[in-house]
Amino acid sequence: MGTEDAPSEPSASDRAGAPVGRRTILGLVGLGAAGVVGGSRVQDLLGRWLGPLEANDPTGLLALFPLGDTFRFYSVTGSVRTETAATYRLSVSGEVAHAATYTLADLQTMPQTHFVKEFQCVTGWRVPDVQWGGVQLSELITRARTSTRAKAVRFRSFDGTYTESLTMAEAMRSDVIVALQMLGKPVTHDHGGPVRMYCASMYGYKSTKWLSAIELTDTEIPGYWETRGYDINGSIG
Amino acid sequence: MTPLAPPAGSVHRFSASVRAVHWATTVLMLVCMLTAAVLYNGSLALAVGHRRDIELIHVYCGFGLPVPMFVGLVSRAYRLDLGRLNRFTRADWQWLRSRTRRDGTIKVGKFNAGQKLNAALTAGSILVLLGTGLLMYFPDWVRVSWRSGATFLHDWFALGVGLLVLGHINYARKDAEARRGMRAGVVSVAWARGEHEAWAEELGVSSSDQD
Repeated sequence: MGTEDAPSEPSASDRAGAPVGRRTILGLVGLGAAGVVGGSRVQDLLGRWLGPLEANDPTGLLALFPLGDTFRFYSVTGSVRTETAATYRLSVSGEVAHAATYTLADLQTMPQTHFVKEFQCVTGWRVPDVQWGGVQLSELITRARTSTRAKAVRFRSFDGTYTESLTMAEAMRSDVIVALQMLGKPVTHDHGGPVRMYCASMYGYKSTKWLSAIELTDTEIPGYWETRGYDINGSIG
Repeated sequence: MTPLAPPAGSVHRFSASVRAVHWATTVLMLVCMLTAAVLYNGSLALAVGHRRDIELIHVYCGFGLPVPMFVGLVSRAYRLDLGRLNRFTRADWQWLRSRTRRDGTIKVGKFNAGQKLNAALTAGSILVLLGTGLLMYFPDWVRVSWRSGATFLHDWFALGVGLLVLGHINYARKDAEARRGMRAGVVSVAWARGEHEAWAEELGVSSSDQD
């Protein structure tokens, strides 16, 4: 090692021929550029044709292919403990007159809102037509009787690390819910259950998984991803 | 630069610079693939967690992935090998179409057509993965539908590159002398004659030169 070995000059036959390697590379880069612009539509079509096949594929092999319309599961900590209907608690506190702690059963007896809306990640992946159900956040805030100092909402997760925030105006929107149902059934643990946030008009990072606490605050406090570069305004666009 | 004489019965195949590019790319590619599996697969993602850390390792190894293949350009030996990989002759197309391509009837140069194709597809895919990865990592750069397109491409190109890498490893697994070429830089004359006859002729060690 150490010395540069003598490179042998390619023979005439190796220098002849078309520059197919370069064309292949340029072709792939061109395909990449076109795919960035049009790939979203192609993915929608693929998802519509193959999504039902993938969902009903007994072998599970189709799931190995990135056909789209599939969730990526994010966790920013190690393992997250499992909470059940018996153990789960959601606290509402901070700048409020009536701090409260709710069980899952408490939340289930409140008025439920249902709608169908996509889940959009800021990095680009999305899952269209997800069925959501739960309690409007505004319902819990109204019950808590906020003080005049309350200007924002802070969310905590029982993963022990994740936090998020909304302005009071965002929090009172009718499409911001404390979700108990996702994909037409109770929110699974992997999706952030038994209770997670869903902010329909915002990127996924605004929708805290494994929701444990809602705090009314006098200023909006940047959450986990926002201290790591993401915009505190998570509106999709 | 005085070349070291290869051991008796051996010929130089890859310069230290070419091998450095290969192995630096290897390390970065494997780290990218392992972290990609954790980021993409739901069960792994939740078992491992720590998404931010995994993501940072993946992103920075990804940013680094094309660097060796560009830095290598300072080496003349590397540029000459790239020149060989770039050019497809009529014999290359015949070789690709042939069902008996390994029997030596079609004389192969320093690289066979499969190696040329693999090099071009891998290099091009790395550039696409870098570009789409940048768009995913910096969400302020382009609108959301382009980010969706970038994610879509990144997924499929990652699958493609993963298959290319597995295929590449599988061919290497079956050929100890080819591995020696990339590890030590030299291969036996017999191997050069058997696998790359036209290249052996260039080097003046073909069977017809000696018999």
